[in-house]
Amino acid sequence: MYRDALREAIDEEMERDSSVFIIGEGIAERGGSYKVTEGLLDKYGANRVRDTPIAEAGMIGVGVGAAIAGARPIVEILYVDFAMLGMDMLVNQAAKFRLMTGGDGRVPFVMRTQGGTGGGVAAQHSQSLEALFYHIPGLQVVMPSVPADAKGLLKYALRQQDPVMFLEHKHLYMTKGMVPDGEHVIEFGKGDIKRPGKDVTIIAWSNMIPRALEAAAKLAEEGIDAEVLDPRTLVPLDKAMILTSVAKTNRVVIAQEAVRRGGVASDIASIIQAEAFYDLDAPIEIVAGLNIPVPFNLELEKASVPQVDDIVVAARRTLHAKSFALAAE
Amino acid sequence: MSAQSSNGNAPSRELLEKLFRTAYKIRVFETEGIKLYRQGLIRGYFHPYLGQEGIATGVCAALKDGDYIASTHRGHGHCIAWGASINKMVAELLQKDTGYCRGYGGSMHIADIKAGNLGANGIVGAGTPLGVGAALASQIKGTDAVTVTFTTDGASNNGTFMESLNLAAIWNLAFVLVVENNQYAVSTKIEESTREVDLYKRGLAIGVESYQVDGNDSLAVYNMTKDAVEKCRRGEGPILIEAKTYRHMGHHVNDPGKYMPADRLAYYKERDPVDRARAALTEMSGIDQSEIDAIENEIRLEFEAAVEFSKASGEVTIAEFREFAAAY
Ligand SMILES: Cc1ncc(C[n+]2csc(CCOP(=O)(O)OP(=O)(O)O)c2C)c(N)n1
Ligand SMILES: [Mg+2]
Repeated sequence: MYRDALREAIDEEMERDSSVFIIGEGIAERGGSYKVTEGLLDKYGANRVRDTPIAEAGMIGVGVGAAIAGARPIVEILYVDFAMLGMDMLVNQAAKFRLMTGGDGRVPFVMRTQGGTGGGVAAQHSQSLEALFYHIPGLQVVMPSVPADAKGLLKYALRQQDPVMFLEHKHLYMTKGMVPDGEHVIEFGKGDIKRPGKDVTIIAWSNMIPRALEAAAKLAEEGIDAEVLDPRTLVPLDKAMILTSVAKTNRVVIAQEAVRRGGVASDIASIIQAEAFYDLDAPIEIVAGLNIPVPFNLELEKASVPQVDDIVVAARRTLHAKSFALAAE
Repeated sequence: MSAQSSNGNAPSRELLEKLFRTAYKIRVFETEGIKLYRQGLIRGYFHPYLGQEGIATGVCAALKDGDYIASTHRGHGHCIAWGASINKMVAELLQKDTGYCRGYGGSMHIADIKAGNLGANGIVGAGTPLGVGAALASQIKGTDAVTVTFTTDGASNNGTFMESLNLAAIWNLAFVLVVENNQYAVSTKIEESTREVDLYKRGLAIGVESYQVDGNDSLAVYNMTKDAVEKCRRGEGPILIEAKTYRHMGHHVNDPGKYMPADRLAYYKERDPVDRARAALTEMSGIDQSEIDAIENEIRLEFEAAVEFSKASGEVTIAEFREFAAAY
C-alpha cells in the first residue's frame, strides 16, 4: 500500500543516512494519522523521531534551519491546509536561500503532507494547494499517484539538495500497487506513462491518476485509445515527455483536483500551446475543481472536484471538436 | 471553588437551572450525535465535548446579547451554550439545507454570525486572532460588547496565541481568552508539549490578568467569567481564564483514546460536570426530582424532534451549488 511504501522509503533512508530525522504531530508513539511512521520510533529512537506541539510555523521553520545546518529533516504536516501557517518559512526562507547565498546555501528539506477531498472533511481539510508551491521558484513539488512512485520519489527527495513539497493524497494511503524492494529511487523531473495510447493524452497527477485510468478504460470501450501521462513531479516538470506524447496523439486533456483558477493545469496548457501548437488538432481541455472551497455535503463535495465522467467527456470533446463545431452551426 | 455568585449572594435557582439545562443539553447532543454518527448519518470529523460541558456552560451564562464568541474544532458545546437552535445544528451535521451553514460547513464550521457566534474552526488556534479582531471591531465601533474566544491547550503552543493575546493587551480590548486545558492534543499529553503545564502563566508573562478554574464546575466557571466580563466592559481587559478539564473519550468519534490512563479518566468522571451541575441545582435550590426529570425529558425530546426535522429536510442542489461557485 501507498502508506507502507512511504514508510519503507523513510525507514531505508533513515537506516542509510543518520542525518535523516522526522518530526510531526502524533508521528512517534501513535505512528501518525495515516500510519506512515508506525514503528519508526521503536527502531530509530526519540532523537530522530519526534512529536511536536501544534506549531506548524515553528515546525517548518526548524526543519528549514536544520536542513541549512546539514541535517535531513522530514517535517510531516497533517494536512496541506495547515502548511499555510508555515508559508513564510517555505516561501521567504527555504525557497530563497540558495539564490540569496549566491548558490552556496542548500536546503535539503522535505515537507511531507497530504491534501485533496476525502469523505466530508470540509473546506479547511480538503484543499489541493500544489499551485501555491508551484508558483514559488525554489520549491520542488512532488505528487505521487501510486505506491512505487511514492517510495522512489521520497527516497530521491532525501538524497538531493533543495526543498521538496512532498504532497500525498488522503484517498491514496490505502491503495495497493507493486513496489520494488531496496534501491528503488526515482529522479525528479521524470514523468511516467501510466497507460500508453495513441488518440488523446490525459495528463494527470496524484488522485487524478486512478480517475484518468478509469476514464481511459471507459474510452477504450468506445474505441478511443487514451494515453495517461503522470508527470509525478510538477517542479521540475518533464516537458520532454509531455511534448513527445502530444506529438503522437495531437490531443490533450489535463485533469487536476485543484481549483481551475491559477492552477498548474493552466500552466501546462500554456507550455504545450507555446511549444507544440502545430501538433494540436483540438483545443486543450482542462478538467479541474470548481473555483470555490470544498463543501461538507458529500454530493456537493463530489460536484466540486473532477470525477471520471468529466474526464471521459473532455476526452471525447477533443476527438469530436470539429463535429461539435459543425453541429453547432 | 466558591458556591457564591460573584456579588456574594447565593446563586439563584434560575441560574442553577440554566447551568444544568445547558450542560445536560450538550451531554445529550453529543451522546445522541455519536449514535447518529455510528449509524452513518453523520460523516467527517466529530469532536465530542463530553466531559468539558462545564466550561461552555459557565462562560456563556455570563455573557449577554451583543457579545461574541469564537470556538474551536470541538465546538458543539459552545454553540449550544450560546443558545443555538438544536434543529439547525443537527441539520448541519446531517448536511441539510436547513442547517446553520446549509450543509456547506459541517461540525467544524458551525457559525451564527448574526447571533455573534463567529464559529467553530478547523484550524487549531485560528479562533484567537479572530476573536481579538471582533473585540477590536467593538472598540472601534464604541460598543460595550465583550468577545470570548474558546481555545485549547494545543493552541497555546501556536504562534497565533501569543501574537493575538498581546495585541488584545496593548489595546486593552474587551476580550476574554478561555483556554480549555483538557491536557491532550489528540494523543499528545500536555507534559510532552510544554514545560509549563499551567497555561494561565502564559498570560501573566505579557501582563494579562490571568486565572485558573476547575472547568468541570460550571458555577465556578460562571463566577469567574462574570467578573472577567465586567472588568472587560469597564475597559480593564483582556483577561485569560484557564479551565482545567479532561475528555471523556478519545479525540474524535473514531479515536478509542486508549492512551488516556484509566485512573485519570475515572478521576475526572467522578467530577462529571453534568452531574455536578445537577447536584448544585438540587442542593442549592430545593428543586425536586420530578422537576429534574421533566427538564431532562424535555431536552431529550427536543433532540429527537431535531433529528426528525433534519431527516425531513432537503439538501442544497448541485445546480444551486454551481451557481454559488460561478460567483465565488
Ligand atoms: C493548525 C492545525 N494543526 C493541526 C490540526 C490537527 N488537529 C486537529 S485537533 C488537534 C488536536 C487539538 O488539541 P487541542 O488544541 O488541545 O484541542 P482539543 O482537541 O484537546 O480540544 C490537531 C492536532 C489542526 N486542525 N490545525
Ligand atoms: Mg486539548
